[in-house]
Amino acid sequence: MSGILRLEGVSKAFGGIRAVNDVSFALEEGEIVGLIGPNGAGKTTLVNLITGVHPLTAGRVVFAGADVTRQKPFQAARRGLARTFQIVQPFPQMSVLENVAAGALFGGAPDTMADALDEARRELAFVGLEPLAETPAASLTLPNRKRLELAKSLAMRPKVLLLDEVNAGLNAAEIDGALELIRQIAARGVTILIIEHLMKVVLSISQRILVLHHGELIAEGAPRAVVENEKVIEAYLGAKFAARFKQQGSAHV
Amino acid sequence: MDILQILVNGIVLGALYACIAVGFSLVWGVLNVINMLHGSFIILGGYLTFFAWFYLGLNPILVLPAVALVLYLLGFALQYLFINKVVTAPVLTTLTLTFGLDMILYNLMTVYFTATPRRVTLDLGIVEFLGVVTPVDRLLGMGLALLLTALLYLVMRGSTIGRAIVAVRMDRQAAALMGIRVNRIYAITFGIGALMAGAAGAVFAMVFPVTTNLTGVFLGKAFVICVIGGLGSVPGALVGGLALGVIESFAGFLLGPQHAITVGFVLMLILLVVRPTGLVGVKGYE
Amino acid sequence: MGGDGTSTKLSGPAVLSRKPLAYAALALWVGLLAATPLLGDNYTVRIAITIAMFTAMALSWNFIGGFTGYPSFSTAAFFGIGCYVGALAQRNGIPLVVAWTLATLAVALFAAALGLIILRLKGHYFAIGSIAVVEVVRLIVSSWGSVTGGGDGLNVPLLQGGPEAVSAIVLYVMLAIMLAAFGATVLVDRGRLGFGLRCINQNEDAADMVGIDTTRYKIAAYSLSALFCGTVGAVYASWVGYIDPTDSFSILLTVKVPVMALLGGAGTVFGPIVGTGVFVLLEEFFWANFLEWNRAILGGIIVFLIFFLPGGILRLDYRRLWRDLLARRARQRSAEAAE
Repeated sequence: MSGILRLEGVSKAFGGIRAVNDVSFALEEGEIVGLIGPNGAGKTTLVNLITGVHPLTAGRVVFAGADVTRQKPFQAARRGLARTFQIVQPFPQMSVLENVAAGALFGGAPDTMADALDEARRELAFVGLEPLAETPAASLTLPNRKRLELAKSLAMRPKVLLLDEVNAGLNAAEIDGALELIRQIAARGVTILIIEHLMKVVLSISQRILVLHHGELIAEGAPRAVVENEKVIEAYLGAKFAARFKQQGSAHV
Repeated sequence: MDILQILVNGIVLGALYACIAVGFSLVWGVLNVINMLHGSFIILGGYLTFFAWFYLGLNPILVLPAVALVLYLLGFALQYLFINKVVTAPVLTTLTLTFGLDMILYNLMTVYFTATPRRVTLDLGIVEFLGVVTPVDRLLGMGLALLLTALLYLVMRGSTIGRAIVAVRMDRQAAALMGIRVNRIYAITFGIGALMAGAAGAVFAMVFPVTTNLTGVFLGKAFVICVIGGLGSVPGALVGGLALGVIESFAGFLLGPQHAITVGFVLMLILLVVRPTGLVGVKGYE
Repeated sequence: MGGDGTSTKLSGPAVLSRKPLAYAALALWVGLLAATPLLGDNYTVRIAITIAMFTAMALSWNFIGGFTGYPSFSTAAFFGIGCYVGALAQRNGIPLVVAWTLATLAVALFAAALGLIILRLKGHYFAIGSIAVVEVVRLIVSSWGSVTGGGDGLNVPLLQGGPEAVSAIVLYVMLAIMLAAFGATVLVDRGRLGFGLRCINQNEDAADMVGIDTTRYKIAAYSLSALFCGTVGAVYASWVGYIDPTDSFSILLTVKVPVMALLGGAGTVFGPIVGTGVFVLLEEFFWANFLEWNRAILGGIIVFLIFFLPGGILRLDYRRLWRDLLARRARQRSAEAAE
């Protein structure tokens, strides 16, 4: 197994509760992979484990050939393993430009403040926030905050980007815009793991899907195959529905 | 000195400590405010009790409810008029504000009451049991302190006001939506905190001399007890108070009385870092 | 609240254009303080010294309390340790300037080690922890009689020269410390460290996620907030010639310094300087005129500050105040004219 990011038997227990149990997978460079699962499946915990927010109970995380199991979040960021938050986390009283410059200055590798600002302007143009560069981050609308979050992460020059529910709270049109942006990011050669609980959103964009349920990886494969997987249907709809589904013999999700 | 004696001394002291800290813990837990006035509230309660006893010849135990009421009204007014306006601001703001208010109260007390140590002398004699000697007034103080603490516990658990306070602590917005007037509950909570401080001061004045020079000491004790026992619960304050009393008693015996207080503070710093939830570690006010 | 401070660095030529004026005002202020030995009596010089030493401490506190937003109340611990290290070093025959340097380094090291532990706490717990540090150090110093003289305090070798010469020397040293603290503030404010600290102030988790080593940054800020207080303490000990635990580790000092910074505007470069000047002058005025009530009046100032100047003097929108004032007068005039 190789890959830019690899998880080997990753587990996490909070007290007696196993939030993540023996999860292994790998991301190949340049891929877009979707990680789905019902609410409470352990998706965000998994992201927190990869980026060093929580220490692992067991297992290993390998990034770009190096063991990064014990890294701190800031080290993950500097290595090129960036993430966005499910609940956006701006620096509220700073301008949009300063927010992105913070990503560039500390997570990327510019030499001077001026370079960081240039970099920040480029990323703002990329996500389409340039006209709002001088407004305070706190006054942005939700879709724009998500864009800001993306720009901030991109300014860190990531190799891998973990997108935690970037589409949550957006309407259909806004989701389409966000997906288009994610495609453009992938076109720049960034490997993307997109975390969602809405299956529909990821199916169209992902080359591969991982399904997490009760902290365990229950299915992995091409989007179509995963959707028709019995275990996945059961996880989302419950055993009773899944059985009825099967009887009807159709698997439109 | 024999171990049993040290233990008994520690428990007697600890019961008083619990009573000192329980109001501070309530305010911190519910309002998220570090009340720097707490030490002065205690001393004010002690002074009022002393003067009622000394000049009016009243029985201090009968005076206690009146003193508590006065402190309640003072606390309610301070919260309603001042602290409520900034109650959601960062710690720096609320702590500084209560410190400023404390400077005013402290100054008033030193001017009108002077810093002379005052004590209600009850002369109840001593009791001896299993070789342990304890002055009766201390036992009385312990009994009163435990009674007051238990009363607060019952009020928090059983009364409508108590439940409303708990609701506000858990979720301010949800409580407001359910028709609880949050600012009033805050003022009542702060009033109860002051009431408990005043009552504790009244009890203290029957056992030890009180003086304005002690405001900082009492405040420090309240910090330490809250951290040891865990914030925001009556049992937490009780455990913390008793633990601190016993620890100080033994530390004073083993290391000398001048180190007793230091041990408490050092323990607090260690606990802050290792286990910020305290020994009891409950969340939510009952 | 950090908005004003952040925009000075990255964007906003409007702010830049006001800067030369601020620097000129500062130069004038320092010049005035430095001239007190020539202009006034010893009492005036004492006030100037007090202003310089508290300004240095308020600027120091600003690193952790203002830029980083950690409610630190450990200033008195740093000041007190500075007093004692300086005094003990001098009593053991170490030359004056070396003793002061030693005190500075000792306090910086102490803060770095302490920071490693208590900077893991946040909000109320950090505030309580930082106050507790003052108490613990004070208690240790008072009970460690064999070394520190315990509650009886310590005599410190007095500076050579007559009272006027000594005052002048102390004043210039304190002014130098104050300017050093100011220089450090300007450097931090413009650099990577200041930017990182502001990020931590606004959202520590997000700061971590963009690659800021928050632990190291916070320790740097905490050490910076300690260092100059250590020097100030050592110089203060040499100036007054006698120190004791109650005076050196006073809770009043530990709250007064943040209040001074808040009064001017926490997290700004010039705020602590303005705040300290105003506070010390007010305090002296009240000491002189209402000795018995000075503590209550200080308390009153604090309450006033919290309600009417929440962002500090420098964050007030003076142009708007002025406009409002003019508008009100215009209204009055037109009302009068109508009559």
